[in-house]
Amino acid sequence: MPIPLDTLFFAGALGLVAIGVVGMLASRHLFRVLLCLGLAEAGGNLLLVLSGYRWDSVAPILTGDLPVGVSMVDPVPQALVLTSIVIGVGMEALAVALLIRIRRAYGTLDGHALLARLREDLDERLGVAPDRSEDLPKGHAPFPAPAAKEQEVNP
Amino acid sequence: MTEWLALILVVMMLAAALAVVLVPNLVGAIAASSAVSLVVAVIFVVLRAPDVAMTEAAVGAGLSAAVLGLGVRRLGLWKLNEGKKDDA
Repeated sequence: MPIPLDTLFFAGALGLVAIGVVGMLASRHLFRVLLCLGLAEAGGNLLLVLSGYRWDSVAPILTGDLPVGVSMVDPVPQALVLTSIVIGVGMEALAVALLIRIRRAYGTLDGHALLARLREDLDERLGVAPDRSEDLPKGHAPFPAPAAKEQEVNP
Repeated sequence: MTEWLALILVVMMLAAALAVVLVPNLVGAIAASSAVSLVVAVIFVVLRAPDVAMTEAAVGAGLSAAVLGLGVRRLGLWKLNEGKKDDA
């Protein structure tokens, strides 16, 4: 049962993009979000190179003695990916610098805590009350205990 | 033979990518992302893009890991024996 080579590589690249995106959405620590962004970027690069790939062709390097009937891999996506890799590292360095500034300003890199602090700061700067619902239940359990409720409903 | 090589490479790549998401300490996660970049570089060689493979191995696996590692050290999160995840 031979799997075609293209299908295998496409599955790998799409899996890499999927793992990166799901990890970005699921992880709370901002540094891990950055790492997952790098994963998704590598998967995207792999997809771009795969778009110009041909099974029966050679690397796009001009040596002068290319046999007749042999074609080359498309070099345009490869040039694009070459640029994309370098830009990706620059973006990672920028993100690390931003994380250092965030850690210095807020003292944490947890996403939920940072969001809460950001909302508090915005409310304080705008001079408005914190955005809370009046129906917010107090305590940990929003619903009363089932036995008490049953007695209340069916006396 | 090439199919087996490709299968091994893809499985290694996806396993390292899962390790980036699941490994609890950040230094291990950075090492796993560097391993992903190395496997992707080998896949670029198989896909007949040797220049891209060279750049990916040098920049993606080397420089990127150096930048991320220095950032982790600067953030004060360089802990090797940390058992639990997401110690923000």
